[in-house]
Amino acid sequence: MAATRFRPAKVASHAVLIVGSTLMVLPVYMAFVASTHDLSRSLTGLPLWPGPQIIDNYRLLLGEGMRSFGLPPIGPMLLNSLIVALAITFGKIAISLLSAFAITYFQFPFRVLAFWVIFATLMLPVEVRILPTYEVVASFGLLDSYTGLSLPLIASATATFLFRQVFMTVPDELTEAARIDGAGPLRFLWWVLIPMSRTNIAALFVITFVYGWNQYLWPLLMTKDTAYYTVIMGIQRLARASDFQPQWHLVMATVILALLPPVIVVAVMQKQFVKGLFETEK
Amino acid sequence: MRKTLGGVGLVASMLMGAPAWAQTDIQFWHAMAGEMGQRVEKLANDFNATQKEFRIVPVYKGTYPEVMTGGIAAFRAKQPPHILQIFEVGTATMMAAKGAVYPVYELMKEHGVPFEPKSYLPAVSGYFSDVKGNMLSFPFNSSTPILYYNRDLFKKAGLDPNTPPKTFADVETYAKKLQAAGVPCGLTTEWPSFMQFENFSAYHNQPIATKANGLDGLDAELKLNGPAQVKHLQNLVDWQKTKIFDYGGRGDSSKTKFFSGECAMTVSSAAARLGIVTNMKADVGMALLPYYADVKGAPQNSIIGGASLWVMRGQKPADYKGVAQFFAYLSKPEVQAWWHQETGYLPITTAAYELSRQQGFYDKNPGTDVAVKEINLNPPTDNSKGLRLGNFVQIRAIVEEEVENALQGKKTPQQALDSAVSRGNELLRQFQKSNS
Amino acid sequence: MRGKRVTFPGIAVPALLLAPQLAITIIFFVWPAFQSLRGALFQQDAFGLGENFVGLDNFTKLFGDPAYAASFGLTLVFAFATTALCMALALLFAALADGVVKGAAIYKSLLTWPYAVAPAIAGVLWWFLFNPTIGLFARGLNALGIEWNHYLNGGQALTLVIIASAWKQVSYSFLFFLAGLQTIPKSLLEAASLDGADGFTRFRKIVLPLLMPTTFFLAVTNLVYAFCDTFGVIHATTAGGPGTATTTLIYKIYQDGFEALDLGSSAAQSVVLMAVVGSLTLIQFRYIERNIHY
Repeated sequence: MAATRFRPAKVASHAVLIVGSTLMVLPVYMAFVASTHDLSRSLTGLPLWPGPQIIDNYRLLLGEGMRSFGLPPIGPMLLNSLIVALAITFGKIAISLLSAFAITYFQFPFRVLAFWVIFATLMLPVEVRILPTYEVVASFGLLDSYTGLSLPLIASATATFLFRQVFMTVPDELTEAARIDGAGPLRFLWWVLIPMSRTNIAALFVITFVYGWNQYLWPLLMTKDTAYYTVIMGIQRLARASDFQPQWHLVMATVILALLPPVIVVAVMQKQFVKGLFETEK
Repeated sequence: MRKTLGGVGLVASMLMGAPAWAQTDIQFWHAMAGEMGQRVEKLANDFNATQKEFRIVPVYKGTYPEVMTGGIAAFRAKQPPHILQIFEVGTATMMAAKGAVYPVYELMKEHGVPFEPKSYLPAVSGYFSDVKGNMLSFPFNSSTPILYYNRDLFKKAGLDPNTPPKTFADVETYAKKLQAAGVPCGLTTEWPSFMQFENFSAYHNQPIATKANGLDGLDAELKLNGPAQVKHLQNLVDWQKTKIFDYGGRGDSSKTKFFSGECAMTVSSAAARLGIVTNMKADVGMALLPYYADVKGAPQNSIIGGASLWVMRGQKPADYKGVAQFFAYLSKPEVQAWWHQETGYLPITTAAYELSRQQGFYDKNPGTDVAVKEINLNPPTDNSKGLRLGNFVQIRAIVEEEVENALQGKKTPQQALDSAVSRGNELLRQFQKSNS
Repeated sequence: MRGKRVTFPGIAVPALLLAPQLAITIIFFVWPAFQSLRGALFQQDAFGLGENFVGLDNFTKLFGDPAYAASFGLTLVFAFATTALCMALALLFAALADGVVKGAAIYKSLLTWPYAVAPAIAGVLWWFLFNPTIGLFARGLNALGIEWNHYLNGGQALTLVIIASAWKQVSYSFLFFLAGLQTIPKSLLEAASLDGADGFTRFRKIVLPLLMPTTFFLAVTNLVYAFCDTFGVIHATTAGGPGTATTTLIYKIYQDGFEALDLGSSAAQSVVLMAVVGSLTLIQFRYIERNIHY
């Protein structure tokens, strides 16, 4: 219906949207183009169209190629990224659901204090506390482990708040009914609240997965065993070769492969993403 | 040769891949990405194949600053690596951290591994030794800036590809001819502070700082604003206008300008040769750095950059024997010669240089001995022995910041360098205070 | 902070429910952050071999340093420009995408997915497009007679990091605006249209006010993003240069702490940034609390 509203401007709308979408896609498109030519094309000016090297480049990348650039094979790196991203995602959603439930549905001493402790995490970007965090993780013997890569990134105020806001909109009648039926708090959480928060959980899944997948500084500091390398680290390693020309065609091919999983997650869950965030944060 | 050695390395790495027998792992954190990283791994694998007690585990930990911070974080967490590759500007910081580092000369002595500091090139070993001449870290990848020029573009402009420019006056003349033939820019440079100011000063026998550029004490003061440096910066500013010189950013970000043929000449690390030969289709020549003929004492000799290996304390005492053995292995002429020939880094021992010569490497690869010639051009003076200044990471950033200000026309060259000197001196005093 | 009127009894259960979140927060956030704060009061060598208590010296030095003031000013310019650019584009795209039927799904997908790009990758991509020698955009600009060299031209470098940072964040704002637009009752717009209001007037008088809460929320989110999460973008494109043209607060923390190993100063800067980001977040939180009616 809205389409009929701005009819005179329709053509202009499409024009702007086409230009806008093109510009948004262009950086990645050019990365793709670079990944389909040989290195010298990247260095002397790329054409706008994909080239003939596409199969060779990706075969090199997926096969033995990364070894010759001093990198572990890309498969395990992608797998590590996936493990870490999923661990962060599920961990974050789980502990945030529980703690949001606790601070919303219970009255207990220090409730407000607990809330503010969690809130504090919003103010502490990784760069700010990375060295002391490293010392803590090292003292637990968690360097070079999936636990060390994910656990410190699991606490999240954002997710806790989102769930708290969702819970606040749940009618009290439901709680009363549950209590009359003799349902305990955990049953109520499991059978009422979680199903009601499905879209929010989906939205958080997108945000946290992207966040976990895209970590760079933390895994770099944390790992000394290449078996734990993530793909974002791999890209930086390829792109920042000292005293050596970065192999842009392979860097960009890695970029494309590294982009696929989070892009798929965003694309597939786009609808729930919007709904789940928007239903509460207005 | 590269191929066969690579094959051996691969087999070795496959054998070493599985920890089949009880070996002690020696952590070696480095910043060598890409092809260089692969060669570091080969060095480790080859060493591992020579004995069964220790296993060197090379770990890429990011860029030089990331390696340094990572190593420091690990030390503070009481899990330091055994060996840490630290870039030359971090040298003063490492030297000051007496409880954290295990000086190499002590390490070698205490483990009874033969070690003769005199067999190392003086320009290299001097950089990493204390006032008494004791080597504190192990020189690993040292390089020096040299001039690279695109011989194809020289031919196109009617220049003799076998006569590279000697002086900056030549550079200017050549650049104009090249531009007349359609080349957009004459000269660019990498690592602006290191190559155009620190090395420039040494090469023109001008002080970078007092106290032999800081080698003789923490109370050194910067001298980068002398007439020769100011004149050079003035020229760069003037040349920038017509792209006789074109600034391409800090670090090695200007590389693309030379690779793409936009600039016909560049000042870059001797170790850039491998990348250039592998990735450029054009024929590239190497030559000594250009100088100003009217500056007395020029050309003197260039100074080195790159990184050295520091041994960290805090590991099991028995492990250090493995570190000492690894360093002894790295010092072997044949190993050094291979590393030097493969990477373009300087041979750290005289023997490795001689061996490379006997093997005919320099005859077969013209220009590869330029770097060695350049650091040995003349007996080093106080101005050209080396450089050791505290807080130098920041100082270098300040110099580049001020140079960029001058190039943008925000300051005159004199103002820019004066400001770099006074701001730098503040940092030097700060370092002196916290380390004396 | 409000809770529910109807609650469950007990202390042990909520304590257990909170335990994992609180444990992780205290061990990996609060404690290290406390260490950071403490570090701001000391002059420390990098290796932690010794430290001197210096009181507020690190802060006084910081506030007396013109370079820090410059970085602060620059960060404000950068953060507001990034936020404005990103939100203006997002709102434009959202309003237009909301108004079309044909191709709407395609536009939405194309405009959404850059959200998935890591800052570190975004930096590499834009580096590649604007590299003065090989970049597509840089060559295009050169062809138009605009000489592009962000290694030398501070204004261009700042433009580059603003574009790259905004690009990465447009998607997020776009989604929120789009969702906001879709909740505006169409009857309201129809009524206005019957009253003779043209498209733009309707947008300005009805749509924009209704989008205010979303706009405010996004403004704060994007500011916080620009303050903290753009490190990866700057690191990969300009590394803070030329001069200090793109050395924002977060980048300066990295440079001073990571590269120069001046831990005391870096910690003091972290405290300042924490205060800025913290107050922004607090304002945002208060606003959300006030505007949601349960």
